[in-house]
Amino acid sequence: MSSEQQLKLFEVFVRSKRGLDHKHVGSLHAEDAEQALEYARDCYTRRSEGVSLWVVNSSDIVSSQEEDAESFYDPMDDKPYRHATHYQLPDAVNNM
Amino acid sequence: MSQPLIDYCIAQGDDALIFGQRMTEWCYSAPFLEEDLALANVALDLIGRAQMFYQYAAELADDGRSADDIAFLRDARSYTNLLINELPRGDFGFSMARFLLVDTFNVLYLEQLVDSSDARVAAIAAKAIKESRYHLRRSRDWVVRLGDGTQESHQRMQQGLDEVWGYHKELFIVTDGERELIASGIAVDREALYNGWSEQIDAVLAEATLQRPEDGWKVVGGRDGIHTEHLGHMLSEMQYLQRSYPGVEW
Repeated sequence: MSSEQQLKLFEVFVRSKRGLDHKHVGSLHAEDAEQALEYARDCYTRRSEGVSLWVVNSSDIVSSQEEDAESFYDPMDDKPYRHATHYQLPDAVNNM
Repeated sequence: MSQPLIDYCIAQGDDALIFGQRMTEWCYSAPFLEEDLALANVALDLIGRAQMFYQYAAELADDGRSADDIAFLRDARSYTNLLINELPRGDFGFSMARFLLVDTFNVLYLEQLVDSSDARVAAIAAKAIKESRYHLRRSRDWVVRLGDGTQESHQRMQQGLDEVWGYHKELFIVTDGERELIASGIAVDREALYNGWSEQIDAVLAEATLQRPEDGWKVVGGRDGIHTEHLGHMLSEMQYLQRSYPGVEW
């Protein structure tokens, strides 16, 4: 019996400290969402990496496709005016 | 006054160390990777708890022994852990049944131990209660999941529960030394926790569609150093390095 065939796949997101975004850190297998949350705690926060966790059914994630890359992303390459590169970030803003 | 407290700390440490060491046996052989890591975390929580109790005992005794000496240089007869902690690993159902009985007890016990009149004991309890609440969340979840699962998981969960049941009585036996400490507000009256424990266990078993085993048998003796045949084997493995290379360090 392979657990991968029996158990659902979940994606794990960890918020490392208050004020920051949740970041995708990996995935895991679990029977249901409740167990996934516990395993996320056990597998991804054991070195004090987080203060908040999200788990999401991997099958609920809709992802862009490789073949769409040209039409999705290339059109942005020649629009540098959209980048805030000339903007001086105040010192008080740590995370942006 | 001090000797009962030293004995008490060593007994609490022994409970945690022996259970923790036993549960490390799941490392690399749990049903799947995530559970493997989760079980190892629990085992390490318990071993850390033992370290804190031994450390305090070593400071109180002040006889030149370190926490490590207490853990690694005693024979089975000197260990005072309750027997439920030393029983062989068993299958996953047995392990989860044992966790449920012990975790439920630990949460009830530690909830009161945080108010110990001994500041150091209270501090250890304050750290341990957070861990034990999580342990209980896990074991309760597994017992319900397996008990109310497939026909085979139900049967094996029930069997594990039946096998471990007679060892729960010892959780509620107060030793003479402990009685002194209860009187001075240091230790918790474990006997008084039985009804609350029993109700909580019944609730979980009902949800898990499991039968509460009959109370017809019990095995006791751990606090007196009277152990099952399993402890010696475990200690020989656990203590091998310190016994073969005394004083060896990383």
